[in-house]
Amino acid sequence: MQYSEKVIEHFENPKNIGELDENDPRVGTGMIGSPACGDVMKLQIQVEDGIIVDVKFKTYGCGSAIASSSYATELIKGKAIEEALKVSNKDIAEELDLPPIKLHCSVLAGQAIAAAVQNYKEKNNITA
Amino acid sequence: MSVELPIYFDYAATTPVDERVAKKMCNCLTREGIYGNPGSHTHRFGWWAAELVDKARKQVAELINAEPKEIIFTSGATEANNLAIKGVALKYKNKGRHIITSKVEHKAVIEPCKYLQEQGFDVTFLDPEPDGTIALDKLEAAIRDDTILISLMHVNNELGSINDIAAFGKLAHECKIIFHVDAAQSAGKLPIDVRALHVDLMSFSGHKVYGPKGIGALFINKDSKLNLVPQMHGGRQERGFRSGTMATHQIVGMGEAFAIAKEELAKESARLAELRRSFWDKIKDIDAIKLNGSLEHGAPHILNVSFGFIEGESIIMALKDIAVSTGSACSSDTLELSYVLTAIGAQNEMAHGSIRFSFGRYTTVEEIDYAAKLIREKVAQLRSLSPLWDMYKQGVDLETISWKGDH
Repeated sequence: MQYSEKVIEHFENPKNIGELDENDPRVGTGMIGSPACGDVMKLQIQVEDGIIVDVKFKTYGCGSAIASSSYATELIKGKAIEEALKVSNKDIAEELDLPPIKLHCSVLAGQAIAAAVQNYKEKNNITA
Repeated sequence: MSVELPIYFDYAATTPVDERVAKKMCNCLTREGIYGNPGSHTHRFGWWAAELVDKARKQVAELINAEPKEIIFTSGATEANNLAIKGVALKYKNKGRHIITSKVEHKAVIEPCKYLQEQGFDVTFLDPEPDGTIALDKLEAAIRDDTILISLMHVNNELGSINDIAAFGKLAHECKIIFHVDAAQSAGKLPIDVRALHVDLMSFSGHKVYGPKGIGALFINKDSKLNLVPQMHGGRQERGFRSGTMATHQIVGMGEAFAIAKEELAKESARLAELRRSFWDKIKDIDAIKLNGSLEHGAPHILNVSFGFIEGESIIMALKDIAVSTGSACSSDTLELSYVLTAIGAQNEMAHGSIRFSFGRYTTVEEIDYAAKLIREKVAQLRSLSPLWDMYKQGVDLETISWKGDH
């Protein structure tokens, strides 16, 4: 697969790799995908006063899955959680210039953000 | 000795043309060379070219203990497989309409068989054993009164597993069934004696043996007295089995390549087997690693390895200085996991991280050492990114998780 330079850059130097403490109430965790499909993204956010102050990820998957999650963490860091939810898979796909067959990687990254936010909200009894 | 990058470890996909071969080929192209049509019987230009084709036919035949007249040149192993399978099926359809092959054959066998299914033939696709070979008793059990053809590969192109062709051939002949073998991966790597192997038809490729692309051959056993329906109609070249002007330079290249292969086979195979073993020895202690196929009974040039909990395409990207191939879905245009790995029952988190390393004439010990070191480093790096690796280390059974976002 021939990738854009941006995918290769994120793949070779991924941003925000790691883990946050799942038991911390300020932390929301989202895990999306399955080993059967060849992609699993785990994305964690740490929220203070409604703002995402820290993000970490780990991804099992192809180069574009790793790059998509790396870029997603960059996009949402420092954003309010409601703003983070507005990040679309299109934003990710366009920035990374993903080939059509890899668009699902950007969809997964979007879903991982949503899952992490939802988990944070559930932990903190935030509705809406 | 230093290592030149990138390193080519994809000899099972194709090989560079040997310089000795290229030189002979170049002599059959320009005005100064032998450019005549081998089918022109009326002048010397044609006779000279025909002489070269005859020599090449003999060279190909000699590698496999066949006679020159048993060799039909085609555009490659794909065409040879098509000619053998469709040619037999269409010729002998009144004797029966059942064909036996396997789930791990090359697409150039599977697709013609599927085409014949659409034409009303009944095809049995045998399941492989976990090491990728086909079991004789399963083959025997699949044989029916109306079976007209068995088509099985000698060496599997993804796994390097070696089938017991001699036993299959004996069985096929006892049952009076035509036996075809795709030998694209075994020619020049394993000794082949078509007489001892009891094969009726055998397919070969030029470019897997340091010859040019675009040329192959089909061995048609004269003792089997077979007739095939040609798949290419025209000027009735190649005894009518394959029409089309003989490509002198390609044929000469394949001939020379096969002659060199015969010359060097014993020594080169032993050297490759040693490189393969040494490579495996240098990586086998990596955690959650698996050799697909068989170390002891595999072809000397192919090593298929699964690195658990990391995905194949990401491994290939991380190993950008080493040219390898993967059965990973993510590297293919179809997003389908390798059907060969699926057929041998590889688990997802292993199958997705499988890499085929294949070695050849120009592979050096230094390349093996360099690659092994790089692999250890990159596998560790990718695992530090993998949530599945963390779960595996924590003892979580991935089968018990309900995964979200299946697609």
